Amino acid sequence: MTEVRAEMVANVWKVVAAEGEEVADGDTLVILESMKMEIPVLAEDSGKVTRLAVAEGDVVQEGDLIAVIE
Amino acid sequence: MLESVLVANRGEIARRVIKTARRLGVRSVAVYSEADAGLPFVREADVAVPIGPAPPGSSYLDQAAVLDAARKTGAEALHPGYGFLAENAEFAAAVLAAGLTWIGPRPAAMEQMADKINARNLMEQAGVPVSAGTRQPVADVAAALAAAERIGYPVMIKASAGGGGIGMSAAADPAQLAAGFETARSRAERFFSSPDILLERFVPRARHVEVQILGLADGQVLALGERDCSVQRRHQKVAEETPSPGIDSQLRERMLAAAVRAGQAVDYLGAGTVEFLVDTQVGDFKFLEMNTRLQVEHPVTELVTGIDLVEQQFLIAEGADISFDPASITPSGHALELRIYAEDSRRFLPSPGTISAWSEPAGPGVRVDSGYESGNPVTPFYDPLLAKLCVYGADRPQTLDRARAAVAAFVVGGLKTNLEFHADLLESAEFISGDYDTSLVSRLRP
Repeated sequence: MTEVRAEMVANVWKVVAAEGEEVADGDTLVILESMKMEIPVLAEDSGKVTRLAVAEGDVVQEGDLIAVIE
Repeated sequence: MLESVLVANRGEIARRVIKTARRLGVRSVAVYSEADAGLPFVREADVAVPIGPAPPGSSYLDQAAVLDAARKTGAEALHPGYGFLAENAEFAAAVLAAGLTWIGPRPAAMEQMADKINARNLMEQAGVPVSAGTRQPVADVAAALAAAERIGYPVMIKASAGGGGIGMSAAADPAQLAAGFETARSRAERFFSSPDILLERFVPRARHVEVQILGLADGQVLALGERDCSVQRRHQKVAEETPSPGIDSQLRERMLAAAVRAGQAVDYLGAGTVEFLVDTQVGDFKFLEMNTRLQVEHPVTELVTGIDLVEQQFLIAEGADISFDPASITPSGHALELRIYAEDSRRFLPSPGTISAWSEPAGPGVRVDSGYESGNPVTPFYDPLLAKLCVYGADRPQTLDRARAAVAAFVVGGLKTNLEFHADLLESAEFISGDYDTSLVSRLRP
């Protein structure tokens, strides 16, 4: 199981992946936005997205859970 | 002189405009979002009006809230700074309709330059060199591929209504173009509310050099020298210097003359910047775009000319004469601006947070335009610019020496900054040689 967490305070701009979806290492899961910059959050492992903890428009803090890949 | 001015902006540029207002005895009015209540510009203005929550759309971009603040405080004029509403012609017209003085160009000129496709076509007619590109919006991928065949690869994909490097990407072949086109379109729609895309011939080893102009009431357009803005990450500027170490006096003269023609073509009034891409291989230049406002990096021009550009903006807006004799201006010495961003020095990722320590360098030739101080929050809602470290010297080597000392002395605690990147930049052989181009940063941070 891999937990993907936010690297910084940001707004969730786009949720690209869906719960239950199979993703490959390096696939974009969500796109965050902070300080007028888009920051793609990538899958750090291949597997199934068992949990997506954020929705578009959410604000995430550093260390907040974004997704779980199993 | 004007009696009062509302500054419709935040951070360092609001503080910068307020400073000149104070020196000239003009009453200043700040507007601020909930996130910015503790920032220096709010305290330093004579009056400060809260205009809404942190998201820009609910505060700094809320035209009605800004105009309402002007009405309530009796402000006579409005200075938009850069970004936010500064290049919004509709807002400029609304300011004028409300009976206020707009400290900027006429709305018609703003409109002509806002659309990059229109601006390119206009410049071509005015005899300003433009690169090979599309003369109308590119409708779809098929049209893009056809246009690129004609222009020749590599091409740059751009949002016609864009700015700040957002949505821009280079494509070296049809596959990259097809992929980049859709991304560019969705970003253009989201950030600039217009899906219009243009393609331009991309020059790989290019310098980005711009010319500061001042349009006077009598139609005269002055060129106040150039700024080299080739140190960029993600197509956004990180450091700027003047004079450009990459152009000779002949090329400079041609560029200044072209910038004057560009300003005259749109009957330009006030401070503006004409941006060019210089092909260092062939010593030629092409029009990129015009910024119809005060530019972030205007201090380097002020340092080598001794002119306060904000003061000239005030004077021109109220129909008065500028404070200097154009014939007497000869830039002297060398100036460098380093943008201090709240971002890490390796990958340049945003680093919002709270500033726990803040100490600015001082000394001969050092000027710091900052927006923050210790204790201030740096939120994810706005751009990452914390301060502009500007350094002047008799020549480039002295300027770089002073900049090294100033970077080492600048203390920012509580969040990551790109100070370490600037220290590396100032030690890099390529930057020191002066012979660099817009890919310099990607070579320093592979």
